[in-house]
This record gives sequence, structure tokens and C-alpha cells, in this order.
Amino acid sequence: MSFADHDAGAQPWWRDAGFRPALVACLTLSLAVGVFGVSFGVGSVAAGASVWQTCALSFFVFTGASQFSAMSVIGAGGSIGSALGGALLLAARNGVYGLAMSRRLDGSLGRRLLAAQFTIDETTAMAVAQPTRREQNLAFWVTAFALYVFWNLGTLIGALAGSAIDPETYGLDAAFPAGFVAMVWPLLSDRRARAAAVVGGVVCLTTTPVTPVGVPILLSVVGVLVGVQHPVRPEGMSS
Amino acid sequence: MSWVLVIALAVGAYGFKVTGLVVLGGRTLPTVLERCLALIPAAVITALVVKDTLTLGQDVVIDARAAGIVAAVVAAWRKAPLIVVIVLGAVVTALVRKLG
Repeated sequence: MSFADHDAGAQPWWRDAGFRPALVACLTLSLAVGVFGVSFGVGSVAAGASVWQTCALSFFVFTGASQFSAMSVIGAGGSIGSALGGALLLAARNGVYGLAMSRRLDGSLGRRLLAAQFTIDETTAMAVAQPTRREQNLAFWVTAFALYVFWNLGTLIGALAGSAIDPETYGLDAAFPAGFVAMVWPLLSDRRARAAAVVGGVVCLTTTPVTPVGVPILLSVVGVLVGVQHPVRPEGMSS
Repeated sequence: MSWVLVIALAVGAYGFKVTGLVVLGGRTLPTVLERCLALIPAAVITALVVKDTLTLGQDVVIDARAAGIVAAVVAAWRKAPLIVVIVLGAVVTALVRKLG
């Protein structure tokens, strides 16, 4: 895979001083996500998955929130159906990222089919933050590669260590929701997203005692209905 | 955990990615639908935080995890890096659990 075929004449991308800050950001983020991968590995084994199943999830599914969601529903005793439903709801957002990336990524159909596997929160965020199309492509592929390596390596380490570690002793059961807090926080600068988050959270909490485990996560999706209402009025105007 | 779940999730997750990037390509969806899809992470991830912090099975409980998540929220609000938010959430939970 060459990142810079369309970059005739210029220096190689890894020596490009202009791209260096983005490169450091991509690699730092990937390392942090790798540590998160360790906690996924530990948690997944604790939830009853084998080391192989845990690694297969990170290798083939490769979208963290869905993996954590499935694992946490299964670990709590939920059905396969509700685990799958909640995880797929979360995976749907990668389709939206795909739409955004399709206007930015270069390359053949084969390369796009490969790129699809890596179209997730972090790669999209890193790519769209770059000023030029070339840097958007670079940021996407660098983040994709580093994140994929670290996420899978972290998962493997966590899964192997898993049976030797009691997740509760180290507070690892709180590492997942803490990671979700970090992921969701930047989204909440948008008023509509805040409303969706409040509805999602309240629905989840109030339906927990009266529905089977896993179902409250499915029901929380009603929060997106705040998007049906009219396009944004400026903040501060009465509605 | 079953292999059925692993495989179904792998196929489904790739299906969404490919649909957006390759199948739909540059096409635009109805704006109402795009607006709603864009709100899925906010609604569902928040629900996951609530579930993993305040519930055990079908019970609503407040325990050491709540303290850890309060710490994580403060860290996220102060724009701490992802890794700091995660470690703080875990460490505070572990400490409160140990002391409690």
C-alpha cells in the first residue's frame, strides 16, 4: 500500500514537516486506544469469551464501542439477540462516516473495500481534521494502520492476561464507561446531540428494571428522534 | 459468548462500513435521515455509560463505579486526553471500592 502515489516529486510523507503534528496526533491516539484494547481483552474473557473469540472480535469487527457493547450485554447475562442489536446500532454510525470519507478518499475499488474496514470514529476524525486532500488520505491510512495494530495487540495482551486479573480489583469495569465518556463528550457541544444523549440515558435507566438485559440499549436509540424536529434554530432563541 | 455472535457482528459491522463508503458513495441521504443517524452515537453511547455505571443486571445501583465516572466526566470536561480519562475512571473506582 503506497500512501503517496499521487504525490509526484515531493519528499516522502513521513519527512514532511507540515504533516508531522498530524502524524504525532495519529500515533498518540492509536497508542491510547491500544491501552483501551487491553481492557477490552480482559473484560471480554471475563464475560465468558475465549481468547480466540476475543481476538476475532477486534480483528474482524474492529469498532470498539460495538465490541464493548456486545461484551457487556453478554457479561450481564443478556441474550445474543439483544447483544447483537445494540452492537449493530452502534456500528451503524460507521456507515455515516463512510459517506463522509467517500468524498475524501482516493483509490481503486479494491482500496476502498479495504478502507471500509478501517472507517471508524478515530480514522474519520483524524482525516476530516486535515486541511488538504492529500493529508486527509495520509491521516486516514496512518491512523488506520497504527490503530489496527495497537488495538489488536492490546486485545491479545488483555485476553491472555484476562484470566489472571480480576477486572473489579483494578476498576477495569469502570474503564469502559470512562472511555465512552471521553468518546461522547466532544459530541455534546452540539445542542441536538445533548438532547439525544439525555433522552438515550434516561430511557436506558428507566427501562432497566422492567425489560430484559440488553434491551434498554436498543430502546435508547429513540433519542435520535430529536433530529426529526426542524433544523437548528440559533442557540438562545426561544423555541 | 458464541461464535454466531462474533460472526454476525463482524458481517454486520463491515456491512455498515461498506454501505457508507462504497455502496452509497458520494450520494446524499434525505437530510432528516442523516440528522437522525448522526445522533446515534450521542444517544447510544450515553446509554452505555448509564448502563455500565448505574446498573447491575436489572437493578439500578449506585456504587464505586459512579465515583469513577464522575472523575472521568470531570477529566473529559477539562479536555484531558483519552488515556487519562480511562485510567482516572478505573483508578478512582478501584480506590473507592477498596476503601468502601
